[in-house]
Amino acid sequence: MLVFILQRVLNAVMVMLAVALLAFLIFQFAGDPVAQLANEQMSQADRDALRERLGLNDGFVTQYLRFVVNAAQGNFGISYRNGQEVLGLIAARFPATMELVLVATALSLLIGIPLGVLTAIHRGRWFSEALQFTSIIGVSLPSFVVGILLILVFSVILGIMPAFGRGEVVQLGWWSTGLLTPSGRLALVLPAISLSLYQITLIMRLVRAEMMEVMRSDFVKFARARGVPRWRIQYIHALKNCLMPVITMTAMNMGALIAFALITETVFQWPGMGMLFIQAVTFIDIPVMAAYLCIISFIFVALNTIVDITYAVIDPRLRHATR
Amino acid sequence: MNGRRNDNREEFVMRSTLRTGVCFGLATAFLGTLASAETTLRWADPLDIYSLDPYSYGSTSNLAFLNHIYDGLVRYTPEFEVVPALATKWELIDNKAWRFHLRQGVKFQNGAEFNADDVVASLNRASHPKSPLRGNIPLFAGVTKVDDFTVDVAVKSPSTLFLNDMTNIFMFDAGWLEDNDALEPTDVSAQIEGFATYNTNGTGAFILESRVPDSKTVLVVNDDWWDEKQHNIDRIEFTPITSASTRTSALLSGEIDLSSDAPLQDLERLSAQPNLKVVKRTQLRTIMLGMHREEKLDDGRDNFFNDLRVRQAIDMSIDRELIAERVMRGLARPAGTLVAPEIPGFSEEINELTPVDVDKAKALLTEAGAMGAEFTLVCSNNEYVNSEEVCSALISMFSRIGLKPTLDSGPSSIQAPKRNSGKTDMYLMGWANEPTLDAYSLLIQVLHTKEGEAGVANRGGWSYPELDAMVAEAALEQDRETRLAIENKALKLARDEIIMMPLFQIPMAWAMSDKVTEVSIGADNKARHWLTRMAE
Amino acid sequence: MPSPVSHDSIAVAEPVSPVPLPGRLARFRSSDLWYSFTRKRSAMFAAFALIFLIVTAFSAPLIAPQNTYDPSQLTLLNSEIPPIWEDGGQMPFLLGTDTQGRDMLSAILYGSRVSIVIGIASVILSLGIGLSLGLTAGYFGGFVDNILMRFGDVLLSIPTILIAILVSAVAMQALPPELREVGAGAVLVLAITLSGWVQYARIVRAQTIVERRKEYVQAARLLKVPARRIMVNHILPNTLTPIMVAATLNFGMAILTEATLSFLGIGMPPSQPSLGTLIRFGNQFLFSGVWWVVVFPVVQLCLLVVSVNVLGDWLRDALNPKLR
Repeated sequence: MLVFILQRVLNAVMVMLAVALLAFLIFQFAGDPVAQLANEQMSQADRDALRERLGLNDGFVTQYLRFVVNAAQGNFGISYRNGQEVLGLIAARFPATMELVLVATALSLLIGIPLGVLTAIHRGRWFSEALQFTSIIGVSLPSFVVGILLILVFSVILGIMPAFGRGEVVQLGWWSTGLLTPSGRLALVLPAISLSLYQITLIMRLVRAEMMEVMRSDFVKFARARGVPRWRIQYIHALKNCLMPVITMTAMNMGALIAFALITETVFQWPGMGMLFIQAVTFIDIPVMAAYLCIISFIFVALNTIVDITYAVIDPRLRHATR
Repeated sequence: MNGRRNDNREEFVMRSTLRTGVCFGLATAFLGTLASAETTLRWADPLDIYSLDPYSYGSTSNLAFLNHIYDGLVRYTPEFEVVPALATKWELIDNKAWRFHLRQGVKFQNGAEFNADDVVASLNRASHPKSPLRGNIPLFAGVTKVDDFTVDVAVKSPSTLFLNDMTNIFMFDAGWLEDNDALEPTDVSAQIEGFATYNTNGTGAFILESRVPDSKTVLVVNDDWWDEKQHNIDRIEFTPITSASTRTSALLSGEIDLSSDAPLQDLERLSAQPNLKVVKRTQLRTIMLGMHREEKLDDGRDNFFNDLRVRQAIDMSIDRELIAERVMRGLARPAGTLVAPEIPGFSEEINELTPVDVDKAKALLTEAGAMGAEFTLVCSNNEYVNSEEVCSALISMFSRIGLKPTLDSGPSSIQAPKRNSGKTDMYLMGWANEPTLDAYSLLIQVLHTKEGEAGVANRGGWSYPELDAMVAEAALEQDRETRLAIENKALKLARDEIIMMPLFQIPMAWAMSDKVTEVSIGADNKARHWLTRMAE
Repeated sequence: MPSPVSHDSIAVAEPVSPVPLPGRLARFRSSDLWYSFTRKRSAMFAAFALIFLIVTAFSAPLIAPQNTYDPSQLTLLNSEIPPIWEDGGQMPFLLGTDTQGRDMLSAILYGSRVSIVIGIASVILSLGIGLSLGLTAGYFGGFVDNILMRFGDVLLSIPTILIAILVSAVAMQALPPELREVGAGAVLVLAITLSGWVQYARIVRAQTIVERRKEYVQAARLLKVPARRIMVNHILPNTLTPIMVAATLNFGMAILTEATLSFLGIGMPPSQPSLGTLIRFGNQFLFSGVWWVVVFPVVQLCLLVVSVNVLGDWLRDALNPKLR
């Protein structure tokens, strides 16, 4: 068991090192940091000194190793744009993004699962076909279009929802939450809907597929033969069997959802990590971009590793399975 | 996807999440925000401030914002007159130094008293070799304390322009800087944060309460401000809203009280609202086109821009009135010369617009053998109001006379270094003549040959010795009228030679709810909320 | 597609192989597919819509009233003309014009062409890379397999949209301006492909490992049929079903990704607007009364992606043996 966990963690570390290398490589092409940092009046000598101080004259491997060692300690340097510590900048925005992502995930489970069961059980009925079709539209509408439409309808035409921002936030230690104030909760509604739409359709489709398979399985047939009520089979026994893959997928998708949130954040002016990243992109603020990339990938890899290990704990057979 | 398994564990997880969910809901039900009776100004702008450190970045909007927290020795009135702030009076000593007599009894927001040591520490910090603001006080030579409330600031030349520059240099508390290890400016390359990047301690009309970058910065009134309070604001909530349409919808829904830089395309709709009003005017800033003027273009081709006929052809292809009317919604002022009418040195004779003449332009191009010439126009999409649209329109106009322009558009953080490199074929830039407020600023910094301190913004590399001579003459001329006449002559030369092509003065528009009763809007587009009043 | 020569070369193996001939299999499937297609009205409708959109987009130079790439055809005098059925609408601007005097109908046709070309190109490129790497990895196994799949793992641990944003932002930065006009599309294709190929590679690799152990492949190997030919002619056709489904759905995804990047301002430049670029501009005018500059591109983009996805969805169901 321990060997398996170690192996998994080692694997995750290797992937992270490679991500760091990739990030590092990409930013080698992103232009000369000295040109970004230096102001117009700076002399060539000053520029050279700056280059030396930034360590840009060192060899590639040295620079990469320094990047990795610093990154592992959470030191991503300071932002070219505003001179603040990158990790602090990201940490300050982390709660905003996480709240948005968690609420959107909860929404997608709460809506997606019942819809999935419904369409599976009533396969072929008109409303289930209609839902199926709607779900295709759900995955086809670009996230930014959904956001714009929601703002147009609920903020401008109806005037019942805020069009931007997080509303009033309350500070709980380093975590800032908008969930504790009425305006904070109201501000969360539209972005969360817009972010969850895609996820709802994914979950609905997954639950539907799983349900349809489970309903064909032997234990359902047995239960039916023993006279267990139909709704009980469907909603308790069958659904229970579907939840594991759903939860797995939700957990593994979390990293992608955090990254995807950057579009929602841009549209709703949501002060999260994604908006910081997009601003960093327009400013070519390399330290922030690199840090964001590494942090998102870390969350992604960590979640995957945890899911893997959890599965292995639950089912010992998987420990020996080859990749 | 992994297989499915049935396990009690998952049930447990589900239940416990449910339980915490319920507790959470209950907790939230008990908490709420209290409505306050204070006067709050909710203010939005397209851009957030970069840093709370006034010496961190030479950005006009950043400094204008921080001017609410910090004061300088002198300041501008909305009419651009230099008036006392933390200094009560000043005089020139031997044409070598300015002696400032400091205001007594002024307290920093941490309670410390303002005195000469603070001025010395502040000016040393601002002029430190690592300071990004160093270039903003080019005449500064050194500072010495005379007594607790008198300082001498040595200058390289006795020009009163130094006082104009000083309006942007704010005063820190020396003790506070020292205690927090911030006597030196923040050095980006040092990879450490500066204390002043996050914290403030000024003498200004407002005190920083909280700041979440890109989200909200809250200022509250400083009741101990040294100046007579003309505003009635208790609290300013500053929110950056990048997207034009979001800014408009926030105004429409009443989420904000005031938006500086309201989107031009939405002004009609905004002013049609009964509870909103729009204030608009043109700024001092003239938008102009510059061209590469060295012998060869950066890619090695012969430089066709050096042929006056080509420049004339381009000039007469630009329909300035149409751009002002359509792209700028009738709010820009088409320009025939490079400075705005408010700027001394301007005259109506040289401001006549070049008539649009496509046929003549084509003929000139053919004559010069530049038909079908290819070049790139470098343009930023977030520097000036609607600048990307202006550039697109220019591209069509140039194409119509038979040129083959390419548009290179991007955020100014990327485009400005390109433009400043002096390698671009053609570029769009704006010049407001701030803080000098005299055509001399444009003449010496933009139109003058690039040599030494002169021509720093001459990004095309042109050289007109005749113009340089006029500039030198103007610099020495003591009589204002004679000097302005010389400047006017130089501007006329610039026009005849088409060194640069003026387009228009950009408009500014602020939209606000009718709760805002008084607001000071200068042609420099800076917020001065210590002069703003709101309905109680 | 398998050539007749290859059929002969493994004629010996044919009777013992449990898998029917790829060529026949494909033919059989397609007829079945056709049946399923004719019965599913939404799929038929989507197919017609898609064909219509593609044909109109590619014939843009012939049918569009204006060449939106030629700046000399635009004039501010024609700016903000409403659609023809509104007050002030005028010919030939059926759907009105934008703030630059660009005809919206033409802009949408040309914009769709950009979106479609980028979508198709990135799918083809991803397919090419994914199939060849997947086959190689699966067939040879061992070290090659390990390296290729680990590389895929790394790419998959960075969300697709992030890779696309980073690559296009950085690459646009690195491109000289005169190349940016032509290069922007290529950069976007590259940005989308970079993470797009992994999925195909994984599908093909898994299938290849299964097929490799099968007798017909063993037999072909004994007959010294070159590895490349075994892979391309025998293993590849067996992976086509899931690949086809994935490719269709990814086509839709690629169009969405491109639109998103352009919307964020790091995609197609304003001089060559794609649908996403048009929406980015239109979004600024949401409240200023010129609704047509944003509504039409949005509608077109949604139509395009919805029809691709409806088609892909049907294809997945139709090709899934469990659902038959």
